[in-house]
Amino acid sequence: MISIAVFCLLTLASVWLFNRNIGRIRKSVLSGREFSPKGNFNEHFSTMLRVALGQGKMVSRPLSAVMHIFVYVGFVLINIEVIEMMVDGFIGLHRTFHFLGSFYDFLIGFFEILALLVFIGVVVFWLRRNLGRIKRFMSNDLNGFPRLDANAILIAEIFMMSALLTMNATDQVLQSRSVTGYHVAGSFPVSKWITFCFSGMSSDSLILLERGAWWFHIMGIFAFLNYLPFSKHLHIILAFPNTFFTSVKPMGQLNNLEAVTDVVKPNFDPSYVPREIDPNATPIAFGARDVFDLNWKQLLDAYTCTECGRCSSSCPANTTGKLLSPRKIMMSTRDRMEDVAKNKAANGGNFVDDGKSLLHDYISAEELWACTTCNACVQECPVNIDPLSIIIEMRRYLVMEKSEAPAALNGMFSNLENNGAPWQFSPSDRLNWVNENQ
Amino acid sequence: MSTSNLKVETMAEFAARGEMPEILFWVGCSGSFDDRAKKITRAIVKILNHVGIKFAVLGTEESCTGDHAKRAGNEFLFQMQAMQNITVLNGYQIKKIVTGCPHCFNTIKHEYPELGGNYEVIHHTELVRQLIAEGKLSVQGGSFQGKKITYHDPCYLGRANNIYEAPREIIAELDADLSEMKRSRAKGLCCGAGGAQMFKEAEKGNKEVNIERAEEALASQPNVIAVACPFCNVMMTDGVKHFNKEQEVKVLDVAELVVQANNL
Ligand code: SF4
Ligand code: SF4
Repeated sequence: MISIAVFCLLTLASVWLFNRNIGRIRKSVLSGREFSPKGNFNEHFSTMLRVALGQGKMVSRPLSAVMHIFVYVGFVLINIEVIEMMVDGFIGLHRTFHFLGSFYDFLIGFFEILALLVFIGVVVFWLRRNLGRIKRFMSNDLNGFPRLDANAILIAEIFMMSALLTMNATDQVLQSRSVTGYHVAGSFPVSKWITFCFSGMSSDSLILLERGAWWFHIMGIFAFLNYLPFSKHLHIILAFPNTFFTSVKPMGQLNNLEAVTDVVKPNFDPSYVPREIDPNATPIAFGARDVFDLNWKQLLDAYTCTECGRCSSSCPANTTGKLLSPRKIMMSTRDRMEDVAKNKAANGGNFVDDGKSLLHDYISAEELWACTTCNACVQECPVNIDPLSIIIEMRRYLVMEKSEAPAALNGMFSNLENNGAPWQFSPSDRLNWVNENQ
Repeated sequence: MSTSNLKVETMAEFAARGEMPEILFWVGCSGSFDDRAKKITRAIVKILNHVGIKFAVLGTEESCTGDHAKRAGNEFLFQMQAMQNITVLNGYQIKKIVTGCPHCFNTIKHEYPELGGNYEVIHHTELVRQLIAEGKLSVQGGSFQGKKITYHDPCYLGRANNIYEAPREIIAELDADLSEMKRSRAKGLCCGAGGAQMFKEAEKGNKEVNIERAEEALASQPNVIAVACPFCNVMMTDGVKHFNKEQEVKVLDVAELVVQANNL
């Protein structure tokens, strides 16, 4: 049968393409500098269960939490039905699993209810995003593709769910007419309410419609699969590894730069043995100027970002009109990674200097200097992204490699060096407070 | 009075007698030099004196923890400061430290261990809560009884270290009416000082962060805005002044509340 052949070919092509794109992303993430998340397996696993599987950080905004649960659970479970659709596609049968009897009926009924919930969820999301006048969705961060991306998927979901329900509704009419191939199977608590739309149609048109909806749904899934690598929707996959690898440390702790310790510590502790350094290796700069200087978790963060803007809407700098937006920090990092990947692909796998860097061309110093390191963005992020760590790495580059701190901060640094305090006070006055009564 | 009624000894004095204090009080740069923060330092000492804890300060041997340098990206300067302090602390074999500042607290607690400084570090609000729980410090409401107090969570105590309850429990002891701001605890809005912002002009924007936060704090018309960080104190005080409310609304550290309510 031609349809089986077409189906097999399309499946193969879409799986191959998806695999290729994911492989490309995997490679570019793993090209990052080393990073050790520190905790043991159980700690990481439970973070993943709580935050990704259990949607633990979504609850702070109840409406979107509930709608997101609809879409998320629906997405995961309806894909079980897609397994049957795949089997049907490969062997050219209709509702292969109907031999499961009443359990099958239960499943199909259950999936229909989920489909309805997904439908409601995405409609609410679309309305909220476009008519809700919610700042984080109106922000300039989303101009261009990101805004289109968000809406395209919501609209596509509406079509996909409609196709699923149309397929079931037409199937019911065909089943009731005992049309060959349409044996009685499934229960349809949702689509039974729309069968009246189709009951006047001829069986031939119904078969056409039913097959059309089937193909639309399954092709929609293949298309979605291959759209993912280019979209913020990649989070449906990466949320899992990203939350798993969240480093187990208090939010307030910034990482220690061992390269600096190797230089500083021997002055105070003669017994300290600096790490061995390969004399042939090119010395790495302090901090980050480009994506090459970030660690793989920071790069994974960038690809995981859902562009939800919860970080920016809680950022004291962003909400008071500063240029800094932690969401944009993540989006710019991903943009740069994509540009680097394209550059590599065009140059036989080697990066050819394009005269650009993450710092300055994608993220400005003004953005970086607006951060208060308050961790609100880290706290808010539903998929455990840490925009602050990238901000700090880039500040480190500006300060330690370029001496480009704002003048006032240079003043603070020299006070620290000279007086051991950020202000111009003499260290000998440190105890004056004891004898000052007011 | 010009001479001190506080009993404060340095670690050097303890060491000279061959004695160890129970705890080292890390005063911090604000607490040592900033006129407003010095009052908080004195309040903490009054509490320590009142309960008779044997404590020491480093005095002139204390140096900036390096928090601001680290967060401004100057890891060299941070580690220089850290190593200098760790050398002094380890030299005195310090085990336990109480800080008056969440920034010092966070840095010593989390960022010194990797450089060889391992201590038990607590913030003064935790210590006060502990003293109350152990019955060593009894706190009455005094002048704060029935007054409306709102509490601003410092980022480095709250989100950074999950300490949300200690200061609130102390305020509850005062029989005050604790009113929460719209954004509090993990959702608390920064005062605007962290990450070395304290030492520079804010970047271009349409509002100062501390004005935004003060506005939120003033919304419930409190008598007192309680804080637990000397930097937040400065920022909130300025914010309150911006709205010309400094007569009606006081910005006080939790330690000052305890001292004022109980005439320590
Ligand atoms: S840590 Fe920086 S970027 Fe994140 S919310 Fe606070 S000010 Fe904004
Ligand atoms: S970093 Fe996290 S909170 Fe911010 S936009 Fe991305 S997913 Fe949302």
